[in-house]
Amino acid sequence: MAAGKRPLSPHLQIYRPQLTSVLSIFHRFTGAALSAGLLLLAWWLAAIAAGEAAYATALGVLGAWPVKILLLLGVFAFFYHLCNGIRHLWWDSGRGFEIPQVYRSGWIMLGAAVTLSLVAWGLLLSGGGA
Amino acid sequence: MSLRTPLSRALGMGSAGDGTAHWWQQRVTGVALVLLGSWFAFSLVGADLGDRAALVAWIGAPLNAALLVLLVLTAAWHSQLGTRVIAEDYVHGALKVPLLIALQFIHAIAAAVGVVAVLQIAIGGR
Repeated sequence: MAAGKRPLSPHLQIYRPQLTSVLSIFHRFTGAALSAGLLLLAWWLAAIAAGEAAYATALGVLGAWPVKILLLLGVFAFFYHLCNGIRHLWWDSGRGFEIPQVYRSGWIMLGAAVTLSLVAWGLLLSGGGA
Repeated sequence: MSLRTPLSRALGMGSAGDGTAHWWQQRVTGVALVLLGSWFAFSLVGADLGDRAALVAWIGAPLNAALLVLLVLTAAWHSQLGTRVIAEDYVHGALKVPLLIALQFIHAIAAAVGVVAVLQIAIGGR
């Protein structure tokens, strides 16, 4: 059988999603999203450096509602990847591998990421900046 | 019984030839980004993003400019390491190598554009 056509084992689609696996794949999703965020950061800095007119154009793009919603989701991706990254570093120190501990750190991480995102959303939307 | 040579075991570089370099770089840049990212997020939510003059003054402050350069470079390296793993995991065949090269180019460009922009604002008086 051609290498690219082999069936995947152990058939990911029949597994019931668990907190552990869902949080894990989300770390990868948010990481990929933040890579797009890096391009946005470079573009934003370049727009500021390019002058008043260029930054006004950039603000017009960033202020459009579809973009704004993506940016707000990006804020959550940032805090999720930050909090779960700290969780990964904790694991790297050799601690927290018992199943109850993994679930507890998962819920704590998720709570922290959601809380930080809500605070940041509140500040950004009330500030009228972004 | 191991079929590895004593030299191979002593060097500890594995079959890819670079040992734990990728993994370790991801951790070190990760730790750096916890600090730099938190600083940047904290600074950004309090700023008026519509006020270019205020942003220029903030970016132009020496400490902020230095930290922003570090943020752009560290984030680009961390992102380059991460997206490479994603590409290697899911993309096979003819697309794999062109995609890996494209990812390197995109990250190099993003890092260069970001650093030059910060330096233009901080030193070039934009």
